[in-house]
Order: sequence, then C-alpha cells, then structure tokens
Amino acid sequence: MSHVLGLRCRECGTEYELQATHVCEMCFGPLDVAYDYDAIRRVISRARIEAGPPSIWRYRDLLPVPPEARVVTLGEGFTPLVKADRLGAELGLTNLYLKNDSMNPTNSFKDRVVSVAISWARAQGFETIGCASTGNLANAVAAYAARAGLECFVFMPNDLEEGKVVATAVFEPNLIAVRGNYDEVNRLCSQLLEELPWAFCNLNIRPFYAEGSKTLTFETAEQLGWKLPDEIVVPIGSGCQFVRHRRAAQELIELGLVDDGGDLPRLTAAQALGCAPAYNAWEAGTDRVAPVRPDTIARSIAIGNPSDGTYVVRIARETGGVVEAVSEDEILEAIRLLARTEGIFTEPAGGVTVGVLAKLARAGRWRGDEVIVAYITGHGLKTADVASDGIQGRRVEIDPTVSSFRELVQI
Amino acid sequence: MPQFRIPGPLRNLSGGEATVEVQASNLRGAIEQLDARFPGFKGRLLDDDGQPRQFVNLFLNDEDVRLGKGLDSPLSEQDEIAIVPAVAGGSWPPHP
Repeated sequence: MSHVLGLRCRECGTEYELQATHVCEMCFGPLDVAYDYDAIRRVISRARIEAGPPSIWRYRDLLPVPPEARVVTLGEGFTPLVKADRLGAELGLTNLYLKNDSMNPTNSFKDRVVSVAISWARAQGFETIGCASTGNLANAVAAYAARAGLECFVFMPNDLEEGKVVATAVFEPNLIAVRGNYDEVNRLCSQLLEELPWAFCNLNIRPFYAEGSKTLTFETAEQLGWKLPDEIVVPIGSGCQFVRHRRAAQELIELGLVDDGGDLPRLTAAQALGCAPAYNAWEAGTDRVAPVRPDTIARSIAIGNPSDGTYVVRIARETGGVVEAVSEDEILEAIRLLARTEGIFTEPAGGVTVGVLAKLARAGRWRGDEVIVAYITGHGLKTADVASDGIQGRRVEIDPTVSSFRELVQI
Repeated sequence: MPQFRIPGPLRNLSGGEATVEVQASNLRGAIEQLDARFPGFKGRLLDDDGQPRQFVNLFLNDEDVRLGKGLDSPLSEQDEIAIVPAVAGGSWPPHP
C-alpha cells in the first residue's frame, strides 16, 4: 500500500505494521493510521477529488484502503450541507449550516466508518465481520456485510428496542443477543477476538474504521467552496469522530486543499447531561475523564467511559471550542426546533447537537456572522418513540365532510 | 484465590498465561503481587502517581473500579479482575 505507512500509538509514538489491532502494547493508547503525506501530496488535488464518485470514496487518497482494493460501498457520504436560514434566524446566526448525515444508506454517519472498515477487512482477507453495538453501528455493519457477502456477527444487549433489532436483522446477520449491558457485550467481544480470526469494526480494526469519519470534514470544506468553517459542533459518544474532524482539517490545511489555510476550526463538543463525562472533565478543568453511568434518551452517544474523552477535552481547548451539555428536555425541544425550522427529523444525538448550538447561541457565544456547521449524525425514525410526545395537539380527527372540517379546523 | 484476566497485548509479560491467580486483600496489593511475579505489569497498568493509566480499564467482576473504590477495592476468594483496553462505540443501557 503506497500511501499508508503503518499504525502509530497516539500517546507514546510506538509504530506497528499494518494489522488488525487497535491498542498499543506499550501503553494501551489508541493506534492511528500513519500516512506517507509526501506521496499523497504528489497526487492529490481539488480537481482529482472533484472528478471522483459522489461518495466518501472521492477522498480515497486520504483513506487507509489499498489503491487496488475493490471497496464495499452503498453510496455513503456526500450528504447535504444545508444552509439553515430559519434555524439560524431563531438563534441569531446568519451563516449556520447543517451537515445532514441522516441521509446515508442506513441513516447515520456510521456508514462512513463501516464502509472503510469492511473495505479494508475484505482486502486483508477477513471472512467474518463483527461488532458490539446497540443501534446505528449494528445497522451499518449488517448492511455492509450483506453488500460485501461476508459472514457477520452483531452482538447486542438482549433488551434492545424492537425497531433497532429489526433494522439490523433484516440484513440477516448472525444476531447475538447477550444477557448483559453494552459494556459487558463489548468486553465479551474483546475476549472473543483473541480467539477468533474476525474483524470487529469497533475493536481490532478501529484504526481503519475511525478514518472514515474524516470524510465529514472533507465534504464540509468542499461543499463550502474549499473553505473550513469557523466553528463546528459535534455530538460526543466515544469522541472518535471529534478527533477525526481535527485530523481531517489538519490534512486539508497541510496538503494545501483549502483557501486561507492555517487556522483549524474551533471544535465544540456536545453531550447529554445524562451522560457527560467529557463535559464534567471540561467543567472541572482537567483532561482526566472519569467514567459515569449513562442515563439519557440519547442512547447512540451514551458512552460512560469514552475512549477518546481526554482528546475531546484537549482538542476543544486547543482550538478555542468548548464542551457543553444539555438536559433531556433541551434535547427533545431541540429535536422539535430542528424539525419545525428546517424539516429535518433527527435522533436524540442530533437533538444534543442542536440543543448545545442553541444554548451557546442564546448565551451570546457568537457575533452572528461566523460560519458554523452542526453535524446531524442520525435519523429520527430510528428512535421515533422519543418524539411521540410532540404529536399531542397536532392531530385533529374529523368526519369526511366539509362541515366537519370547518367545524373543527380554524383557518 | 482472586485472579487476573490478562488481555492478549499483555500476555507477553505473563509468559502467555491468560489468567493469573494472586493472594491479596485489595486491588492495589493484587497489582503489586502480579508485578512481583511478572515484572513490568505495574508500569503498564499504573501511572507515575500510582493511579490506573488513562487507557487501562480495571474491572472487578463486572464493575469498573473507577466507579467504586478504585485501587482500594477489597478482594475476596472468587473475584475476577479483568484488564481491558479502553474501547467504545455504542451505549450502555441507562440502568444496567
């Protein structure tokens, strides 16, 4: 593979050959893909990217999949960047954009990471794909494994909502319902991968999987006319995506692909107060993120012990962003605000993002003309039950007569 | 006796053993004993302040020790201490 050098520990710098592993043997730090940027710089250009497919694969030169490999794709990425004038007007922001990643094939940003992970795994000869998940990741892994024709094992807690199970089971993976919570499921998977030659998307092939998130920033810059925004707002689960936003922005700057390159966007992190380990550390003025027991409707980002939590706090501080959190009521109100003003129905994680955006705007964080991008990472139909309170008072039942309509509807 | 479950990346320290029994009354003592038998473990698990390293999760039976008494957690006969790299990507149920 010409443009990828290997894996490198983000903490201690120890280098490893390219392989399915995600943990540094020296310090347990996370491993990242290391690229040969000189080789990439010789080939990459705006024109080359713009001539590529309308998917994440137009940025293939910056993704860790061998050039000769056939990728596993469902057309993920290149989702709409919507100028949010009506939401912006409510918040006093004239250059607000929403990256609507609920428009992906399985309706969350996980399609980006899974497409990269499974493409890498298939190119390496893996025959079985696995993951531990409770929703978005499970949907994506099951769909892409089906597309690739690979064996698939999805491990889930046994008490999941039926909707999430159906949206995964339809792709006919081996669906393993574990009598335990997510943490126990994940630990089981980490033990299994020591015995089985499988590629677990969120475990041993995580360094490759994580790189898929960079395409969110690449697309944002391209859709803004090859400019980076002034600030971005990102929901935080493990923090993996947040870290990749910075890496992607740095790559765009260093490769000369953006105008006025030099400044990173301010990176602002959004959490639910019911699961806010990074926010707690931010408030306490420390990088050390202590685990919490999650209790929030934003289950897709309810990770009590986030692997990249420390980096979230550091990156927010270094770039001039903040870490903010919102209550359950604020999440629900934000879901309704986004739907009412922009016609986008998001899951609670998107409610966290918009809730934090609104909270910061109302507190006077911005002048009003900054270019701000908020990431809507999952679709509301996946968790329709949480928004069901919102339909009360929106429904009027009438007889099929004009008089009944006239009697009950004031127009 | 309480036993450690050693993850793959650290088994080069334990001579390939996946589990190691120890005799100690609390977690701190257990790590000391593990290190005495297989030198190098303490440095991998604890930082210079003697606290668990950032990317090391220690689970006493099913509980993350940082949610409880940390290294002071008492041990009893059948306890299992799992050393787990920090990984994530999904959610915990709100009320496990």
